[in-house]
Amino acid sequence: MSTPYAKLPGWVEYGLIPLVNLVVAFAVAGLVVLLVGESPLEAAYHMINGAFGRGEYIGFTLYYATTFIFTGLAVAVAFHAGLFNIGGEGQAYVAGIGVALACLWLDRLMPWYVVFPIAILGAALFGAAWAFLPGWFQAKRGSHIVITTIMFNFIAASLMNYMLNRVMKPLGSMSLETRTFDAGGQLPKLDWLMAIFGLSVGTSPFNVTFLLALAASFGVWVLIWRTKLGYEMRTMGHSPQAARYAGIKEARIIVITMMISGALAGMMALNPIMGETYRMQLDFVQGAGFVGIAVALMGRSHPAGIIPAAILFGVLYQGGAEIAFEMPSISRDMIVIIQGLVILFAGALEHMFRPAITRAVLGLSGRGRTQAAVKGA
Amino acid sequence: MGELAIELKGIDKSFGLVHANKDINLKVRKGTIHGIIGENGAGKSTLMSILYGFYQADRGEILVDGRPIDIRDPNTAISAGIGMVHQHFMLVENFTVLENVMLGAEESWILNAGITKARSELKRLEKEYALEVDPDAVIEELPVGLQQRVEILKALYRKADILILDEPTGVLTPAEADHLFRILGQLKAQGKTVILITHKLREIMAITDEVSVMRRGEMVATRQTNKTSVEELAELMVGRRVLLRVEKGEARPGAVKLSVKDLTVRDSRGVTMVDDVSFDLRAGEIVGIAGVAGNGQSELLEAIAGIRRAVAGSVELNGRAIDVTGHADPAELRQRGLAHVPEDRHHVGLVLKFEESENAILGYHDDPKYRKGLLLDIDAIRADAEDNIRKYDIRPPNARLKTANFSGGNQQKIVLAREMERDPDVLIIGQPTRGVDVGAIEFIHRRIIEMRDQGKAVLLVSVELDEIRALSDRILVMFAGRVVGEREPDASEGEIGLLMAGVEGPKEAAQ
Repeated sequence: MSTPYAKLPGWVEYGLIPLVNLVVAFAVAGLVVLLVGESPLEAAYHMINGAFGRGEYIGFTLYYATTFIFTGLAVAVAFHAGLFNIGGEGQAYVAGIGVALACLWLDRLMPWYVVFPIAILGAALFGAAWAFLPGWFQAKRGSHIVITTIMFNFIAASLMNYMLNRVMKPLGSMSLETRTFDAGGQLPKLDWLMAIFGLSVGTSPFNVTFLLALAASFGVWVLIWRTKLGYEMRTMGHSPQAARYAGIKEARIIVITMMISGALAGMMALNPIMGETYRMQLDFVQGAGFVGIAVALMGRSHPAGIIPAAILFGVLYQGGAEIAFEMPSISRDMIVIIQGLVILFAGALEHMFRPAITRAVLGLSGRGRTQAAVKGA
Repeated sequence: MGELAIELKGIDKSFGLVHANKDINLKVRKGTIHGIIGENGAGKSTLMSILYGFYQADRGEILVDGRPIDIRDPNTAISAGIGMVHQHFMLVENFTVLENVMLGAEESWILNAGITKARSELKRLEKEYALEVDPDAVIEELPVGLQQRVEILKALYRKADILILDEPTGVLTPAEADHLFRILGQLKAQGKTVILITHKLREIMAITDEVSVMRRGEMVATRQTNKTSVEELAELMVGRRVLLRVEKGEARPGAVKLSVKDLTVRDSRGVTMVDDVSFDLRAGEIVGIAGVAGNGQSELLEAIAGIRRAVAGSVELNGRAIDVTGHADPAELRQRGLAHVPEDRHHVGLVLKFEESENAILGYHDDPKYRKGLLLDIDAIRADAEDNIRKYDIRPPNARLKTANFSGGNQQKIVLAREMERDPDVLIIGQPTRGVDVGAIEFIHRRIIEMRDQGKAVLLVSVELDEIRALSDRILVMFAGRVVGEREPDASEGEIGLLMAGVEGPKEAAQ
């Protein structure tokens, strides 16, 4: 009686409900496509084909997914401690400096496998540093993390403008970007991984950062569910009063959590900078920090949910680009609408179908049980 | 045989797999006080919520005054003459009594006419039922007993003939409870029907005409109150014989373990909650703190446990000071032998979303025996949790089950096991049996006495005066943040009740 929803079996909770939400999101998106006078089926075809049709397309899909895994994990880690870090965008942006510095410094001296770990460290450090201040303000001054992280996104944008304009741009260049890195600053693509499945990456920038993202997912799982720090974070996330009772230092956990979250968001910068463009460009994050919020929501803040959710958003990005290319009357903005619908149904309206599904599922299994009990008696 | 005010026929209600009400039949006679008693989770509140229209029954029929009626929502219940006084009051704190009574029954969108009418109606009700309350008093300035009266007035203003009260005495002093019972008697005399939901057997015996007992979703018996006994009712509630008296030997107090001096605590608004409190707690004794909820007991416990900062005073644990006015660290206090069972196990003592085993280490998660390198030693944690489950008979015996899925009594056992099993010197316990079923109460009381007999110093805070008197070796009474008296456990209930109400006892008056 005290819980509004009874406990559901795992396959319903993590399989059926997200699936229903997703199907509804796509159905409504289909209506929007109809409204523009285009065929939803054709759009769906281009979406699926554009995301999975060829090795190259899959490469693009997974390239985007890599980025979203990092930003999704960043949001999820903060969530577990009850913090809503919406500054992933800014943290990833500033982390680009760390990546670029490592590459600019070493790309002509060292091979990629030496530069990469240093760049990872640089990304994590700069990302963590950018998340430290909001965390510290929250812990010591009670400034709400949502407000401060949003503001830090804007500060990051201006800072990076300045950095690329005045500091990191090669002399005489007109475009706001660093110089292109040499071999040491270029991450190898994952041709071998695709080759196992008989596919080729083609021109897609699918690179080793993907493996780092998988490792980070596992690392986050260990952190949250197998370490003392993770235990303390979760305690605080569920009940700050219980955390105080248990002697957990709230301020310390807030700052550390935010720094870990910022470091994860920061590692996203490796993917475009070292994996695709081989230079740091203005505005390279392109909203990935915000997509991370949706990914974490959909993935229930669990790495095992975040990876598929990130891939879904990879599909939306890559397949969406294909739709825009193949069907000129569907503009890039339409794709954003579709993505928005997915976020709306999978995230914000997550509970819309839950009561009905709960009733249906429990109604079936409940009746089964009472009958069994009657027979047993 | 009088007429029936309410008749329930075959009411059945399930929440998912939980069968909260099974084929319930109930007859409530007009103009009587009818008690409904049962353990937590027996289905009393669900049944009343169905009657009041919060839930719809899956099956069954409700008859009010002999007419079948389909109660879809509280509005239908109200228009059928049913009123409800909730356990947690539904009042707007910064509105006046009059405004609260009118709320939702304003009649038109211009208030003035309504206000005049409501005022005269309120006057009439107050006279008729001896329910004096100043209509212009603001709710938050009224004592709890008067707030409850406003709830009753609200129901009467809506022309309720049948009044349901859900655990009405939980927040009242004995004197206020007596006053409430007089009001209920008055209502009965005026021909109203009262349904009283409670888990306190004594109240049932004191004022009801008939009593129905619920157990595990079923209505197991209805008795005429004057033809039953406390023992029979307790047995019906639990389904087996229950020991109502706690048996304990003589206390053998030893050295002072916890010494509190001039402790003063203010809340976040700066209101003094604990006012200059001093006492000593010795090994091998149970000191009970009696008082109506909200008189500073909670804050006192929290300050000693290091989770609320005091503004003045000192506390010594085993002869060493606790930095109560600065940065007391609950984790450090645990290491120094202070165990704390907090009053609010849902938000403080437990994380309901955690597995049982995760809660079994809350506050002790720093212990090196739960660590394996950089990681937590999950196997060690679960093994310890399973040990506790066996020793404390926690059900279901599943260390991996989510804590929210345990009953109140078993949740409390999880906390007690965690705090008692680490051999503390001092055990401070808030509301050990709040929301705990009768069967588990017996067990918990026995464990607390065992702790005392092992030479632990136990500080006990409870709003259940019976519990305080049954367990304590000494009783301190708190009122408005001060310790207003110390009594032996055999002091009369009336004497302690007066202290709890802030009336100086005869001893102090003589001094």
